[in-house]
Amino acid sequence: MARCVHLQSLLSQHLHSLHLLASRALFSPMAGVRQGLYLPRGLGSWSSRGFSLYHVLNSASQGNSPPEDKVTIHFVNQDGVRTTTSVTEGVSLLNVVITKKIDINGFGACDGTLACSTCHLIFEENIFQKMEPMVDEEVDMLDLAYGLTETSRLGCQVCVQKWMDGMTVQVPKDVKNEKMASTVNQ
Amino acid sequence: MNTSRVFGFKTMKTLLTNRSRATITSGLRRLACTPSSCPRVCIVGGGPAGFYTAQHLLKAHPAMQVDIYERLPIPFGLVRFGVAPDHPEVKNVINTFTQTAQHERCCFHGNVTVGKDVSVEELKQAYHAVVLSYGAEGNRLLGVPGENLSGVYSAKDFVGWYNGLPCNKDLCPDLSHETAVILGQGNVALDVARILLSPLDILTKTDITQPSLEALAASRVRRVLIVGRRGPLQVAFTIKELREMVNLAGTRPDMVPADFKGIAEVLKDLPRPRKRLTELMMKAVREAPSGEGSTSRQWGFRFLRSPVEVLPTPDLTQTAGIRLGINRLEGSGDGARAVATGETEDIECGMVISSIGYQSLPIDPAVPFDPHKAIIPNAVGRVLKTSGLYCSGWVKRGPTGVIATTMNDSFDTARVLIQDIETGILDISTAKPGSQTVTPLLQKRGVNPVSFSDWEKIDAEEMKRGSVVGKPREKLLDVTEMLKTVHS
Ligand SMILES: Cc1cc2nc3c(=O)[nH]c(=O)nc-3n(C[C@H](O)[C@H](O)[C@H](O)COP(=O)(O)OP(=O)(O)OC[C@H]3O[C@@H](n4cnc5c(N)ncnc54)[C@H](O)[C@@H]3O)c2cc1C
Ligand SMILES: NC(=O)c1ccc[n+]([C@@H]2O[C@H](COP(=O)([O-])OP(=O)(O)OC[C@H]3O[C@@H](n4cnc5c(N)ncnc54)[C@H](OP(=O)(O)O)[C@@H]3O)[C@@H](O)[C@H]2O)c1
Ligand code: FES
Repeated sequence: MARCVHLQSLLSQHLHSLHLLASRALFSPMAGVRQGLYLPRGLGSWSSRGFSLYHVLNSASQGNSPPEDKVTIHFVNQDGVRTTTSVTEGVSLLNVVITKKIDINGFGACDGTLACSTCHLIFEENIFQKMEPMVDEEVDMLDLAYGLTETSRLGCQVCVQKWMDGMTVQVPKDVKNEKMASTVNQ
Repeated sequence: MNTSRVFGFKTMKTLLTNRSRATITSGLRRLACTPSSCPRVCIVGGGPAGFYTAQHLLKAHPAMQVDIYERLPIPFGLVRFGVAPDHPEVKNVINTFTQTAQHERCCFHGNVTVGKDVSVEELKQAYHAVVLSYGAEGNRLLGVPGENLSGVYSAKDFVGWYNGLPCNKDLCPDLSHETAVILGQGNVALDVARILLSPLDILTKTDITQPSLEALAASRVRRVLIVGRRGPLQVAFTIKELREMVNLAGTRPDMVPADFKGIAEVLKDLPRPRKRLTELMMKAVREAPSGEGSTSRQWGFRFLRSPVEVLPTPDLTQTAGIRLGINRLEGSGDGARAVATGETEDIECGMVISSIGYQSLPIDPAVPFDPHKAIIPNAVGRVLKTSGLYCSGWVKRGPTGVIATTMNDSFDTARVLIQDIETGILDISTAKPGSQTVTPLLQKRGVNPVSFSDWEKIDAEEMKRGSVVGKPREKLLDVTEMLKTVHS
């Protein structure tokens, strides 16, 4: 289903830090997270290692940035706030958002297992056209996303490639924000 | 500056664990906190709505203290007791909920039934605001004769049974008849159909409860009909769940091709999600093998049929079948209405599962409740005609929407609450005691709240039991046993 290096690659990339992480996890506020509590289907091989994706992603944010960081991506979040980041080719946009701590509310609720659609992102037309077509399973989930557009994708299924350098991805605007301000208690 | 002192400071900083650092920071914050800057909010219900509301409140206000009160000794609501056991990936949201529960300004109090053990009024006294996120614990009734016959179950109870909800552990559904009819065509209906028909080797690797696994192993159900009151263009389930049915090993679809007459012509005008869903249904109809195939288990949709009566066996005790009224559609699209033609049709079946929706219930006379919509009347989460009361999740919107929908609406409620603090609508000028008064009150009433680390003991025990039988966990099914594990 996934055509580019997703979590597994991230995991191998950070395998060296897992040892360290395992010991650190004991003391961290995340220590209580039951690792491998609910294993994502089809990911048994790595989840059976007993490390939750959460830890892997966290480890990425704690480690030093790999030297090959070189693709620039601009994120515009639900409030219109723009963040620019430079990332490694091959990682998924979900991993980028988490490791770079981009402020997007509730992004990636299912840890990239195609079960939530909270990683919905809107792409520029020319970038969208150039991307590989979606597999059915991605469209199935995407179709449930709020604020669906013609150039929408699920961020956990899109991997950063060199040619995407400089692209802007947008989180669907939170229309309800404005509506809320005008509602008063009766 | 003395280098050794610098070194000493650095070392200490490195040695501090994240948790102790967090405690120190929160301690400092608490010291610096004047009553007016230290809002205390409690949330009723530890499901997705409760956790997402808490998450946003904690993020948006640097001094906010949040307590979550949950009826069961176990957190996560329908993520544990609703989401199907063969959908473990959906349950990954628990990772984020756990982070929230372990946040230094958040505290989980399980085993506390609000409205019974403590009243909403008492919570209002102890907190600046109360957020009601207690979901939908009831279910819509069919309202037809025979509804109470043995062999008729609500999907809510059936789901609670296979997912280990303590109050449903003794359901013992009768699986001895070949045909089961499910009323309603939402995702819950498909979950139930899939569990009834799934090959056992799929289920044995999930956290489905052992008693239900054994009952399903002995099940004689071979044919599941999923009945909707409207047409193929009005089904409520989504495509991912339909695809799972289509691909379910050892089963084949049993459809009525005539139901899809005229649908091909309107396909092109449908929005993409509905179009793809309908195309997949039509593919299943086209490719359904005719006659008896090698696969013995079947599932199918029946449209334009409303339940009229559950038919009893001659001794009037058991379910023998269901009488369905035949409808026609008035209007088109999502808003089309089912209108009875007056004709009926009977289907023989030994089991009827009503999956026409969950329903929220009032929990406390102090909270307004709209009996028609079965929700707490609210404007973007502010409970109408009250102050200091908010709501989120299914009890705010009604019992529809996936976890992502619940997440967004919970964030909305949290934003509104923060806005009310900022504008002064919510008065936080006087200090509130929070759980400092509620916990002793509960203890005086013989209620012992379960903390998040208590739940972790239950969690560890369940995973231990699961590993023995090759499952991710073996759920404890009894509240007394859960409490015993906590106190062992
Ligand atoms: C069978 C089923 C399967 C589902 N599967 C999926 C899925 O695969 N993917 C998906 O995205 N969505 C799924 N959903 C939808 C999802 O579960 C809901 O959107 C979500 O759980 C609603 O959250 P909630 O917090 O409002 O309610 P709930 O999850 O019901 O949480 C409410 C909590 O409040 C507690 N409570 C109740 N009364 C009291 C009281 N008096 N005092 C204290 N606490 C109380 C309850 O014990 C419960 O823990 C499913 C729903 C069902 C019914
Ligand atoms: N895998 C998942 O993502 C998943 C799994 C389970 C649940 N969920 C979500 O949880 C929510 C609840 O699911 P649900 O299946 O309980 O509800 P639902 O999606 O609202 O479906 C209810 C079904 O019952 C029918 N119905 C309602 N009242 C009826 C009546 N009086 N007589 C006959 N039929 C009636 C509805 O038909 P009408 O359309 O004609 O009213 C509809 O087909 C949904 O949003 C669902 O998507 C998601
Ligand atoms: S993170 Fe859930 S679908 Fe992408």
